[in-house]
Amino acid sequence: MNDQNAPTRSIDNSTAMAAVQRSLGKRNRAERRFRFFGIASIGIALALLMVLFWTIISSALPAFTETSIDLEITLPADEIDPQGSGDPAVIGDANFPKYIKRAMYSLFPEVTKRRDKKQLAGLISPGAAFKLREHAMSDPSLVGTTIVLRVPMSDDVDQFKKGQITADIPESDRRISDKQIAWVQTLTDMGLVHQGFNKTFFTAGDSREPELAGIWGAIMGSIFTMIITLALSFPIGVASAVYLEEFAPKNRLSDIIEVNINNLAAVPSIVFGLLGLAVFLNFAGLPRSAPLVGGMVLALMTLPTVIIASRAALKSVPPSIREAALGLGASKAQAVAHHVVPLALPGMLTGAIIGMARALGETAPLLMIGMVAFIVDFPGNFTDPATVLPVQIYLWADAPERAFIERSSATTLVLLCFLIMMNGLAVILRKRFERRW
Amino acid sequence: MTQMNVKTDDEILSENSMTASSPVTQEAPRPTFVTRGVDVFYGDKQALFGIDLDVQASGVTALIGPSGCGKSTFLRCMNRMNDTIDGCRISGQILLDGEDIYDDQVDVVHLRARVGIVFQKPNPFPKSIYDNVAYGPRIHGITSSKSELDDLVKHSLEKAGLWGEVADRLDEPGTGLSGGQQQRLCIARAIAVQPTVILMDEPCSALDPIATARIEDLMGELREQFTIVIVTHSMQQAARVSQRTAFFHLGELVEVGATADIFSNPVEQRTQDYITGRFG
Amino acid sequence: MSHSVLFLILAALTFAGFFMGRKRAVAQAGGVIRSLHSRPNYYGYLVALWCGIPAFALLLLWVGLESNVVDTLLAASLPDSLTAGMDPASLSLLLNDIHNLAAGVATSRDINEAMAGAADHYNDLRETGLLALAVVALGVAIGGILVGSKLIHPDLRARAKVERAINRALFICSLLAIMITVGIVMSLLFESIRFFGKVSPFDFLFGLEWSPQTALRADQVGSSGAFGALPLLAGTMLISFIAMCVAAPIGLLSAIYLVEYAPRKVRAVVKPLLEILAGIPTVVYGFFAALTAAPFIRDVGTSLGLSVSSESALAAGAVMGIMIIPFVSSLSDDVINAVPQSMRDGSYGLGATQSETILRVVLPAALPGIVGSMLLAVSRAIGETMIVVMAAGLAANLTANPLEAVTTVTVQIVTLLVGDQEFDSAKTLAAFALGLLLFCITLALNVVALMIVNRYREQYE
Repeated sequence: MNDQNAPTRSIDNSTAMAAVQRSLGKRNRAERRFRFFGIASIGIALALLMVLFWTIISSALPAFTETSIDLEITLPADEIDPQGSGDPAVIGDANFPKYIKRAMYSLFPEVTKRRDKKQLAGLISPGAAFKLREHAMSDPSLVGTTIVLRVPMSDDVDQFKKGQITADIPESDRRISDKQIAWVQTLTDMGLVHQGFNKTFFTAGDSREPELAGIWGAIMGSIFTMIITLALSFPIGVASAVYLEEFAPKNRLSDIIEVNINNLAAVPSIVFGLLGLAVFLNFAGLPRSAPLVGGMVLALMTLPTVIIASRAALKSVPPSIREAALGLGASKAQAVAHHVVPLALPGMLTGAIIGMARALGETAPLLMIGMVAFIVDFPGNFTDPATVLPVQIYLWADAPERAFIERSSATTLVLLCFLIMMNGLAVILRKRFERRW
Repeated sequence: MTQMNVKTDDEILSENSMTASSPVTQEAPRPTFVTRGVDVFYGDKQALFGIDLDVQASGVTALIGPSGCGKSTFLRCMNRMNDTIDGCRISGQILLDGEDIYDDQVDVVHLRARVGIVFQKPNPFPKSIYDNVAYGPRIHGITSSKSELDDLVKHSLEKAGLWGEVADRLDEPGTGLSGGQQQRLCIARAIAVQPTVILMDEPCSALDPIATARIEDLMGELREQFTIVIVTHSMQQAARVSQRTAFFHLGELVEVGATADIFSNPVEQRTQDYITGRFG
Repeated sequence: MSHSVLFLILAALTFAGFFMGRKRAVAQAGGVIRSLHSRPNYYGYLVALWCGIPAFALLLLWVGLESNVVDTLLAASLPDSLTAGMDPASLSLLLNDIHNLAAGVATSRDINEAMAGAADHYNDLRETGLLALAVVALGVAIGGILVGSKLIHPDLRARAKVERAINRALFICSLLAIMITVGIVMSLLFESIRFFGKVSPFDFLFGLEWSPQTALRADQVGSSGAFGALPLLAGTMLISFIAMCVAAPIGLLSAIYLVEYAPRKVRAVVKPLLEILAGIPTVVYGFFAALTAAPFIRDVGTSLGLSVSSESALAAGAVMGIMIIPFVSSLSDDVINAVPQSMRDGSYGLGATQSETILRVVLPAALPGIVGSMLLAVSRAIGETMIVVMAAGLAANLTANPLEAVTTVTVQIVTLLVGDQEFDSAKTLAAFALGLLLFCITLALNVVALMIVNRYREQYE
């Protein structure tokens, strides 16, 4: 071919066009096939998204209702408060589970065997006694009377009422016995059993009993954690973005910082958890399971995101703005502080919100610093032991009771709502302040 | 996308003979392209207004006019490159050898194989020089053997006047060539498909004067075999390379005629003003 | 007086310093503001900086060191009757009890006279410390105001000084990124070195057996535990591979369709929808994998006559793949978008169809970028924790069968560190060694990937 003098066989226009004509059908089929692959993959991805949401929503919805019963409970004065003191402290020491049981036994006087009685009492949640105690303590005049109180039923009854457990399953494979099912049926026919909105789920802390467990504690924990994360990562992130974008000299150190930030953004989150465990807990001796430490770890994790987003926002401010300010005799710092940063602020906030949304859903690093403990109380400040929403999802997803799985889905739904709100806010900010230079 | 104007062939032919009444060359060759009432819209904005233009076979037609006048848009309509732009609509008729290229029956692949295009900025693929030229023949299946393809590549590079410079480095990337060489590579790439028409969209605007001169010489050689339509913002270039010149202004075709006539003796005042440098 | 009160007083002093500085500058200029070098506010800022920085630094230092200093003093003052024959661990327990006693919380041991005395002493120490801190900090703050005010003079370049201080502060903030990396490396390295004192690095990297459950009694079989990380690495690779098998084709083809074919309106709807997948917390994917995908895959497998583990690598990998789809698609989207339109025009101009243009021109041109984004996706899969913690197994099997249960590096880190732990056991330290391994692998992948992607970007800029 390098022989320049070789005669070249020239292909004329008509042969070429004939070849093109011949190839058209095959090529158009290939084109359609390829286009179909593209549509199919998008279809698959979107279908998977739908399946994911459908699974979560369908298994979460039952968790928003609970089953309770109107019990007629006698509070005998001679047992609860023999002296008639009316002192809530005295009343609080009474054996309230006994009165709940008695109320149940009186509904089914034919049940006499010990084992059956135990099963009968098992229809009611242990939380019923606490509710009764609170009720009696808040109004001591009730002692000595018979009251009708709506108390929660056990999670097994709840599951049965929602149809998650059916009578078709062999008795040995389900958590509710034939006898219990019959009793529940009777109670339902008597009109005592109610199904209503599950307020407990939104107001209570964690519990060993699914019907008493709620996410308020986790929500509080998440809020405390996020406050720390935002308070640390936003100012520091913006400050370093401003430095790197506006002031940093082009030297080796700046390059190293730059490479560093990009790599940090891709470090697995669990490694930040290890850092937190080694430095914040073992070295600095900060309290375990505390939102303070969780927030600090998540702040370190979010920092690269905030820096990268803030730098992008600063970059999008055209140089003409800086030049205009400098041209009027402003110092570099004044130009940046008065003109560039305010213009870039919406972009920076958007980045921070998106970083926060990621931090809110993050679980792995928090496991490392002990935020997986079983915590019933609500955290009151930044150093109280706490858990957060995603960890609560993890804890409940592991539980053997179906009712906990249900609550895990419901928590997921709540968490997703928070995330959607945050992302929505970011979108609005972006739309509202978007500028075309 | 296309609104067909219902016209009989006879009408078109009679219109042709009317436009062709100003004789260009002695033999008055049959026009390759015939366009009638071409309107182009980008979204709501109309870019071209009722363009009627005939392009003569085997010769260079230059489209001139101030920037933004629609000459590039018109050029890109001629092998339907505008199809790739969102929101671009075309109405009117563009006939290539009597066939409406916006007809549903026309396969755009086939059309573009017949009407090649060279762009403003040289855009060789990030492949070897050989692969750049062989790209078209390969996708169209024009050659049936490796040696045939080798010959075609060599032939095309020779025609583009590049063979001597790259014969010993066909494996090197096409992006490593100089700007003028890259543009000639793009011409070779277009020639390799054996088109009848080559469209050139300001092919020299990104090149230095020496490279420009080479491309202009090349056009002089290629017009024997191909119909060439060139968009240029340089009136000197239009005068040097073309036989016919069309002047566009604000989306309208103001005047078309033999290049010599347009530059020495324009009919329209606007053409006169542009030629003499009062605007543009 | 508590820390927060001291904090508020210092803040107030700083404000006062600002106003004093400004007033003094105006006074020095005799009311002619133009004769000042900088705007009066800058003189105020300068004094405030002189006042605030040293005082707050002192406060921060004390808050950080207080517990160590006080405990050391307390331990030294404890009577021998309490500390007799105590090792450091029980001493720290004792100190803890004293803290509780001092705070009035119930303690785990009987309170005796010596303990009560120690608690009182502890309270005294803290009280004295805080008082001393308050005196020193206030002194420093007021001194700062005085020094700052002394400096004020109409010719003083206050603005330049203030701006330099701000510049320094910004610089320190940006150094934090490096400090985080150093912190990660140091903490992982430090604990790993201690681990490698107990288990040789060779056994760790190339050992084929992983069973960190050290026995309770020293004479039990396998009391040393086995720390061969190879099965964990193999499991991690298997799950990441399955994830990439799902994510790479779907993500890449979606990106191609969205960039090259989809009308703008479709793109505007589909792209955010895909990004929702990226915004879902990983724990949700874990939940989905463990409770929906794994049983589904097991049922399908059983109906086909295969024995599928309920914690199969396939389930965890497939769900992880779903999680990575948007990651691959948005990175590929950027990369494909960066291929200049002129390349496509050149190909279309020669009569190529769209798919020919994509396969023969666009994708080859975008290849380095696509490889880079795939590497980033792999690194993401390797470091992913929650999905595998919830859906993959705990037993370290060295297998390539996706239907069996395997475990991963991240799963083992979580298993080793969640729950009660002794800080010095090989078990706990092994988690840090695994963390170091994970960090090195992902770092190497990221560095290579970012290098490829950046070089690719430069090519078209």
